[in-house]
Amino acid sequence: MKLSNAARGRLTIVASFAAALLLAIVPGPDWAEPFRPEWVGLVLIYWCMATPQRVGVGVGWSVGLMLDVLYGSLLGQHALAKAAIAYLTVRFHTQLRMFPRWQQAASVLVLVAINHLLVLWAKALASEAPVGWSYWTPSIVSMLVWPWLFVILRDIRRRAKLA
Amino acid sequence: MIDLASWSTRTPSNLVRLVFVALLSVGLMMLDHQGERLAKIRSVLSIALYPFQAVATVPTRTGAWLIEFFRSDRAMREDYEKLRADRPLLLAKLQKYQALEAENIHFRRLLNAAERVSERALVAELLEVGPEPFTRKLVITKGGQHGVYLGQPVIDALGIMGQVTEVDPYTSRVTLITDPSHAIPVQVNRSGLRAMVFGTGQDAVAVRYLTALADIQEGDLLVSSGLGGGFPAGYPVARVRRINNDPNEAFLAIDAEPVAQIGHNKEVLLIWPDSAAKPQAKK
Repeated sequence: MKLSNAARGRLTIVASFAAALLLAIVPGPDWAEPFRPEWVGLVLIYWCMATPQRVGVGVGWSVGLMLDVLYGSLLGQHALAKAAIAYLTVRFHTQLRMFPRWQQAASVLVLVAINHLLVLWAKALASEAPVGWSYWTPSIVSMLVWPWLFVILRDIRRRAKLA
Repeated sequence: MIDLASWSTRTPSNLVRLVFVALLSVGLMMLDHQGERLAKIRSVLSIALYPFQAVATVPTRTGAWLIEFFRSDRAMREDYEKLRADRPLLLAKLQKYQALEAENIHFRRLLNAAERVSERALVAELLEVGPEPFTRKLVITKGGQHGVYLGQPVIDALGIMGQVTEVDPYTSRVTLITDPSHAIPVQVNRSGLRAMVFGTGQDAVAVRYLTALADIQEGDLLVSSGLGGGFPAGYPVARVRRINNDPNEAFLAIDAEPVAQIGHNKEVLLIWPDSAAKPQAKK
């Protein structure tokens, strides 16, 4: 099957988001739960940074809504958080691209933490906020995962000839 | 091929889009928080996204299948022997229970109190998908088509696990008593003191709003009190693990451990507490 470049590009992006959603709900041992990176957020940040003309606020919101449905959380909770980080990433994508890898990872930490903060606020308003500081470990784990994920997604993007 | 880049000046700016979806999200959250308004939309989306859940269960299912496959014949025979040995014991206990139940109904009649009838139950298998981090929810493979209803109590062999908070046609979501959004009215089995047990998002649950004078001790069993009508009375909920009396605080800080084997079950039991009320299929 011969796909046009544009179709192949779109398919690549959709497939990477599907993989991220899967990784977000694959069951793991209970003790590992706080160490699960924010896969969907990371993939979203990557595409917003690399191809801001294709992936932005709208895609972020839709993916967040899917996460809400899969998690059974209040509809709009993750959607709002993902739309916000998509906006920020698109807004600063030129700077993010220029950053050295460690600085990029630090920015990702900030973005993912904003994502978690917005989710926490929404949960707190509905009085269902979790207790304890371990809530923030996924942000840090996401930062540590970023450099590797970046390399993988960059390879995928180049192979799909996505600009 | 149309050049999309040249259109970008005509489409709304990112900030406008963000404000729009933010308002949309807030609206959705408010509607969703109020109850069942969005249940239809959520159901449709859930069914559309079911393939994700199905694929996500593959690793655990394969693992379980492999373990089962390579388990020695002997281990299985041992299991079988153990179950066979346990059976008469359980049956004997059940005999006594039946006698006690009859006696109980008799006494209640003498007291002119309402009869408590035994409950209908249904075994539901877990769909092994990971929960949202720091929440405690399960997906089970029984839904509205099987008569599951919103707020239905879910138990295991040892005690109360939680309640149904989302019903889709073939699956439903159970919020566990350890989830931060969950609270259940209980009674201290020893003293009869009433209290509330709150989830924390961790393995323990918390008993809140009890003052230093409350008659509660470490090791006390907390059973459901049946107040509020959501849960049937008398089921074990949690056991008090630690009581911390900080004189600076208005209330005691009480840690309790759920009695149900939360996180170790492959199956859970759905119960219909009021057997007079027929299970409503599809509300």
